[in-house]
Amino acid sequence: MSSTIRVRAVASGGTTVVQALINHPMDSGFVKNSKGKLIPPHYIEVLTFEHAGKKVFTAFWGPAVSKDPYIKFTFKGGAKGDDLKISWVDNLGKHDSLTAKLVG
Amino acid sequence: MHAPTTTRRFTLSLLATSCLATTGLLAMPRAAFAFDAPGWPAAAFSKKTEADAIAALYGQKLTASDKIRLEAPDIAENGAVVPVSVSTTLPNVTRISLMASHNPFTLAADYVLPAGTEPAVACRLKMAKTSDVIAIVESNGKIYGARKSVKVTLGGCGG
Repeated sequence: MSSTIRVRAVASGGTTVVQALINHPMDSGFVKNSKGKLIPPHYIEVLTFEHAGKKVFTAFWGPAVSKDPYIKFTFKGGAKGDDLKISWVDNLGKHDSLTAKLVG
Repeated sequence: MHAPTTTRRFTLSLLATSCLATTGLLAMPRAAFAFDAPGWPAAAFSKKTEADAIAALYGQKLTASDKIRLEAPDIAENGAVVPVSVSTTLPNVTRISLMASHNPFTLAADYVLPAGTEPAVACRLKMAKTSDVIAIVESNGKIYGARKSVKVTLGGCGG
């Protein structure tokens, strides 16, 4: 199965801009399905980004983050070809991770 | 792949899991299937008002600041996808949180920024109805806030 994580991390001028999209329902627990039953909460709780063995960003999310979440941030350092490891874990204990290369 | 040890380990892990599950069921029947990732601030995410969420997350009072730039639409046609971005010129920022004042749970997202990560973040939030988006920035251990009203024409929390 292909990864749930799509990332684009561009290193330039001493900083790296990271943009990521994750495939995830982010069900809030307040929405009903077509049969009128509540869809149970299912959302990512923790998303982390690691560069060169150091955490550069941690997101704690609740059910109010949109479906297929998007995130953008910038960190100092990073060079073309470096690894960036992205991992998430949700409220049901499901998880995924991906190691991507920084582009120049 | 099908070596006896593998099968045995698998059986053991199944046993272990079911034991854990049973213990969990007995100990806390209402939250038996809840899983909270390590570090996730569960208490803060369960609060239903701005004041409670801020107290649970930071334990201190918020000061309004004009050094925080909070961008969100004036009118969100679709409350399920409201683009929000925050940036600040405050120094030594260690954390940025986003709240929606009239959502069922106020806290929406909480970002931890280590030294070297710029104090700017963009994401997309769900908003149940017209209310304020609040950005909270922790700088030098103190918290500062900015807010913006967003009119929601179609709520993002169903119902």
